[in-house]
Amino acid sequence: MSRYGYSLLALGLLAFPLSFDNPYYEQLGSLVLLAAISASAWNLIGGYAGQVSVGNAVFFGAGAYMPLLFYKLWGISPLFGFPVGIAISIVIAVIIGIPTFRLSGHYFSMATIAVAELIRIVVSNWDFLGASIGLTGPAIPRDWADLVFRSSVPYYYMFLGVLALLLFITYRIERSRFGYYLRAIRGSDRAARSLGVPVSRYKLYIFMLSATFTSLAGSLYAVKFGFVDPASGFGILVSVNMVIIAALGGAGRLFGPLLGAVILIPLQSETNSLFGGSGTGFTYILYGSIIMLIARFEPGGLLEIWERFQERRKTQRENKSNVA
Amino acid sequence: MVLVQVIVAGLLIGSVYALFSSGLTLVWGMMNVINFAHGEFVMLGMYVAFWAFTLLNFGVASFGLAAAILLFVLGVLVYFCLIKHVMRGPMLAQILSTFGLVLVLRYSAFWAFGSNFVGLPENILGPSLNVGGILLSAPKLVAGVAALVITIGMHLLLTRTMLGSRILAVAENRNAAMLMGIKPDRMQAIAWGLSGASAGIAGALIATFFPISATVGESLGLIAFVVVTFGGFGSVPGAMVAGLIIGLIESLSAFYFGPIYQDVFVYALFVLVLWIRPRGLMGKA
Repeated sequence: MSRYGYSLLALGLLAFPLSFDNPYYEQLGSLVLLAAISASAWNLIGGYAGQVSVGNAVFFGAGAYMPLLFYKLWGISPLFGFPVGIAISIVIAVIIGIPTFRLSGHYFSMATIAVAELIRIVVSNWDFLGASIGLTGPAIPRDWADLVFRSSVPYYYMFLGVLALLLFITYRIERSRFGYYLRAIRGSDRAARSLGVPVSRYKLYIFMLSATFTSLAGSLYAVKFGFVDPASGFGILVSVNMVIIAALGGAGRLFGPLLGAVILIPLQSETNSLFGGSGTGFTYILYGSIIMLIARFEPGGLLEIWERFQERRKTQRENKSNVA
Repeated sequence: MVLVQVIVAGLLIGSVYALFSSGLTLVWGMMNVINFAHGEFVMLGMYVAFWAFTLLNFGVASFGLAAAILLFVLGVLVYFCLIKHVMRGPMLAQILSTFGLVLVLRYSAFWAFGSNFVGLPENILGPSLNVGGILLSAPKLVAGVAALVITIGMHLLLTRTMLGSRILAVAENRNAAMLMGIKPDRMQAIAWGLSGASAGIAGALIATFFPISATVGESLGLIAFVVVTFGGFGSVPGAMVAGLIIGLIESLSAFYFGPIYQDVFVYALFVLVLWIRPRGLMGKA
């Protein structure tokens, strides 16, 4: 994308909530950004490093539970829980990553799902963490540090800031030695190792970074909704959401997850309101079909289709100028 | 005495785990593709048994057969429509494809059959037996023994027959097998069919005593992964031993700590195996 394109995108995102006076769109906008954050965080490990985590919900859940737990225990600002959630997530990432990154990628995928389920079951039965009922945050804000706002607009800009930071870091990584290592690892584990890339170590680094931002997304979710339970924090569908959003837009591409979120979140919101309570089941049939179609026909996602289209236009133009 | 009963019950359910896990290990070992939807195959086998019994009045043997045949067909279909096209693509496509299949199968079943648990009548196979003070429920006994026999049969099929040799040849080296006049596509499709059939029969067998629901595949699928990893991927005997051990661990932890935590112990074991012995009990290094 050109510099012109970037500024247009930034301007559009900044102006979006100001151009409506409709709480529904403000809410939708903030949900899109939140989904884009967690999907972009997944994109680091799943897209750039090619290690498909299907249990990133475990970090999201840790991030969502900690702020509310701190509020419940000591009545202090949920902000204090943010770093604790991140620290726990990094520890979990190391526990999963060290044994599995030496093995083929399937082991990693399975380990992420098993650990996420293990923790979901433990949390659902642990009264300290609210068992199956979950935790709630402050209902009425005492001061700004509670991060409780009636409107969605402050959240929107908070999420936008975090997303911008994450995309900036991703952009820097893409252009660094680290980024080239990751690309080599995604291409072929063995070839990268034979070229002297410390494969397991770099997989672990990027997984820790992914865990950090996924946890942050969870914390933001918790302060926005003021509530979390085992299904909305650790549920398998939380992980699935991240994977499908990133894969639809384009895994391993900077703006892939954002594009995926812009398409899928409004779609999800529409199908849910269209089909009511039974809609969730239908939504996931739709999701599953989309995932299978992407995998079967376009594993590169929508951005790859777009790039191919651009390239074809370019060659056509060149051919024309050659003739003339 | 109670402890002996718990152990026997664990081994019986473990042999059913061994049966459906041997199907998963077959396709994983053969083409290095993981079927995340394997637990959903088992779930479908359970529903086939349930509907064959309630609508058509099938007996146990015939609904087991019906589940095997239908899931064999589903396995072959999944291979030709999906797996064949993604198996040499990027890792992401492989994992996404069967993950999408999970969602479609699970929530279609949810949608079609409802969210309520259903079950076959409890005494479908006769009353509980009392063997030397140990109470054995007839369905569990039949399921356990039948599963063990079928798993051994599957192992013999792979190691002692022409078909098995062809499948293993393709697993060993696709190109070399092709030069010997073996059609790899057909063998791989048959492997997927066998894998589906093993899940189908296992589902029909546990349907006689297990509550049936659309989401049951989630935990069963994860158990299959644990069994396969523990046993060593690609190894049917490994899956058999690991299945029995997992069944035992589950049964004992449910007995000592409560049934809620039985899965926690199984998943913790999985992570532990990855740390200590990633190639499993009988896997190749």
